[in-house]
Amino acid sequence: MKASNSLWQKELAGKTPEALAREIDIYETEIELRKQSKVEERLFAETRLRRGVYGQRYDNGQRHDGKKVQEMAYPSGALTKGPHTMWDAPGMQRIKIPAGGLNADQLETLAELAEEYSDGIAHVTTRQDFQLHYVHIEDTPTIMRRLAAANITTREACGNSVRNVTACPYAGVCPDEMFDVTPYARALSKFLLGHPDCQNFGRKFKPSFSGCGQHACGLASMHDLGLIAKERTENGERKIGFEIYVGGGLGAVPYQAKLFDSFIPPEELLPLAQAIARVFARLGEKKNRSRARIKFLIQDLGIEKFRELVLEERKNLPPDPRWTEYIESATAAFKEAPLKPAGKPPLLGSAEFQRWLKTNIRPQKQAGYAVVTIALPLGDITANQLRALADIARQFTKETMRTTVEQNIVLRWISQDDLAAVWQALRAARLAEPSAETILDVVTCPGTDTCKLGISSSRGLAAELRKRLAEKNSQLDEAVQNLHIKISGCFNSCGQHHVADLGFYGVSRKMAGYAVPHFQVVLGGEWNNNAGSYGMPVMAVPSKHIPEVVTRLVDRYSTGRKDGEAFKDFIKRMGKAELKNLLEDLARPPADPADRTIFTDWGDPREYSLEDLGVGECAGEVISAIDFDLADAEREVFEAQVALENGQADRAGKLAYQGMVRAARGLVKLEYPNIAQDSNQIIGEFRRRFYDTQKFFDPFAGGKFAHYLFTAQEKSQQPHTADSARYLIDEAHLFVEAAHSCYQRMGKPVAV
Amino acid sequence: MQLQHVNFKLLVKSPEEVSLEPLIPVFHSWIQGQVLEELLLDIADYQHVPAGPGVVLIGHQANYSVDDTDDRLGVRYNRKAEVDGGNQNALRQAMRASLIACQRLQAEPSLEGKLQFNGQEIEFFINDRLLAPNRDSTREALHSDFKAFFTKLFRGSEYALAYPCASEARKLFGVSVKSSRTFTPADLLANLDG
Repeated sequence: MKASNSLWQKELAGKTPEALAREIDIYETEIELRKQSKVEERLFAETRLRRGVYGQRYDNGQRHDGKKVQEMAYPSGALTKGPHTMWDAPGMQRIKIPAGGLNADQLETLAELAEEYSDGIAHVTTRQDFQLHYVHIEDTPTIMRRLAAANITTREACGNSVRNVTACPYAGVCPDEMFDVTPYARALSKFLLGHPDCQNFGRKFKPSFSGCGQHACGLASMHDLGLIAKERTENGERKIGFEIYVGGGLGAVPYQAKLFDSFIPPEELLPLAQAIARVFARLGEKKNRSRARIKFLIQDLGIEKFRELVLEERKNLPPDPRWTEYIESATAAFKEAPLKPAGKPPLLGSAEFQRWLKTNIRPQKQAGYAVVTIALPLGDITANQLRALADIARQFTKETMRTTVEQNIVLRWISQDDLAAVWQALRAARLAEPSAETILDVVTCPGTDTCKLGISSSRGLAAELRKRLAEKNSQLDEAVQNLHIKISGCFNSCGQHHVADLGFYGVSRKMAGYAVPHFQVVLGGEWNNNAGSYGMPVMAVPSKHIPEVVTRLVDRYSTGRKDGEAFKDFIKRMGKAELKNLLEDLARPPADPADRTIFTDWGDPREYSLEDLGVGECAGEVISAIDFDLADAEREVFEAQVALENGQADRAGKLAYQGMVRAARGLVKLEYPNIAQDSNQIIGEFRRRFYDTQKFFDPFAGGKFAHYLFTAQEKSQQPHTADSARYLIDEAHLFVEAAHSCYQRMGKPVAV
Repeated sequence: MQLQHVNFKLLVKSPEEVSLEPLIPVFHSWIQGQVLEELLLDIADYQHVPAGPGVVLIGHQANYSVDDTDDRLGVRYNRKAEVDGGNQNALRQAMRASLIACQRLQAEPSLEGKLQFNGQEIEFFINDRLLAPNRDSTREALHSDFKAFFTKLFRGSEYALAYPCASEARKLFGVSVKSSRTFTPADLLANLDG
């Protein structure tokens, strides 16, 4: 959509790592191919999802406007970017921030992108990512290029892939940590990104790192792969390692992760993760999307059998020097240090400053330094604020910042001497809200604002609760002020409501014949102990009555708790029956039939309807590895044609040959997953497994198309003329077609 | 220099009296009626963000908002799709769209007349850093376009151009325009078309 899109590639030439630049060029070609309907829509959907390009609500081209369903007359007509997703419909770009680590340049880049391609806001997610909303698909290659120039990738931010590797935002500065997990999180993130063993999952895979077991930290218990830093003594020597948990997850039915091993040394971190990935790819469910997460596989197998399979896989892994190289280089390269000398805590200051100190500051283990939390309302930050924060980070730190899963940003290594100045600077940028990790710091998923699966307005409710609680915050006792509220727009738990003191997730109920937005009330979840336990569902209450639910619960807790009793224990002691008693009148429709307020949701005057619910893309599309390989082969043949048209005969010939080899490799991998990248080896295996066995033979043309490959191999070192390139391109087309036919004749592929 | 992705913001009189909450049902009604030139799609509510985009009406070709960026509240038009016909046409198109939106908001009964253009101050941005970097060269390249456009827009009246973002290279290229006398949106529309 942007006029400058075609100019950015040249503008950023040389400023982006070559491999990253090439990937984005490939993606841009895939967009062109999709526009020409040369790529199947499901394949394109998964392709873009694996680059973090997501759909949004109403992208099926329909929107209930409060009176009727409107069909959006997009200029691109019936062109789609995936099943049920119209080409021109606004989408979302998810941006991975491994372990939440950011620098000032990256904040400035995000500011630019939020202004130019989105609605002026960058949104921090519950997995330490950023998201930009209302983005056009044709702008996404440029967005990726500009991010790549700032050393950020969007690859595998969505889709059936390894998602962002999260880590405790206090790693390296927390007094209670065993050791700094940051370099290990980075090493794992780098190792798994684009790894061949992670390309055939049936569903997403979420790893996290914790520095300790007792705090919330990295929330290991609710992750597919949770690593907790540990130490032990071996032969009188301190050794560090990880306690490893697998199979946790929230979703509709939350699972606590199971202990895989109580201690693994760091050099086993990457190979074990790879082995786990292989088992998940091989045995994980692929047809039934609602049972495709690894937690279900582990439940079905049992942890003992799962462990056995993983360790067996581990034994068979071909050695990879990156297992130790990545750890060594990450630990050597990662050295956070302060900009300013250590200081002393401020003693004086205004009441407002003191309030901010109380909620938004935590001392580091390094004496004289503190972590400052910038509480972002609903995780949102403007472009101007991002730039201001970049300036503050440069002025007071060596740009040591992290996003958090509570949708905030922390500034680490602030000298205690600078706290007053930092506060003033943040205040000037409207980033000094004194509410971090308090009841005002409501966490919420996007919900019905932008998510196709949203049932009730999580953001609307969150904004309303923030407003009401802020009005009476000073009257709330400290135990109440420290409660966590988390809200999800539906049962999929993106707002992490299961681990909140007061959790809510969107549901719908019928009242008086009409659909009414509700929230299921889920109480007493445990945030600490790495998401130690999940809350108890109590009952569903109309969305408009939830603020009263919160009022009654906090009042009852305030007056009824035992000395020092945690909220979760209080809820357990009260019990479901008593809680229902307390709240059940709120579940009824208003007494006055003229009162229509419950029939609309927070922040939305339209009469509530479920008509806008769409098909979610969180589950992505299950695409086999060979589908991707054949699509890549077609793309290379397409690029060969373009090169020939541009007078680059030799390049055209080489690309055509490359496409044939890639298609051959895709077939070979069906039987021999560990085939190398070497073209001679690939063609040798292809000949043995597919030509000699006649599997590749066309019913009418026999082995003719295979000979195109063999001849191309013989001539692969010769330079191409325009003629020879043209012929080879034609032959490559036919070879790739034959590969498709061969695959289809084979039926369901052997699992890779 | 090619002008695309033109943004205009018509600053509001008495911003302290304007509540953004009533805009939400207003914008929903605009989507219901598809009352503007662009395909209107959705609403993004950012009232909770200080000095932020306010309430945004998302369209395919453009977004409309009552925007409080830099603590300057105004009716903002953000052109996303390209406009043919040269720079004057790009300016004319965006200004007309802004004025029409502003007129509608001013006349909207539920806003109780509180949202009114202050009659004099307009902000202009180009929402594309590569096409129009925030540098002196952009100002020089576009000066004659601005002169021609604003002279016509403020027919007969003096106006001042300032470049408030000149000292902040990271920001979008922007211009602040202030006319010597006040105009209504209808006046300016008539001048545009005259």
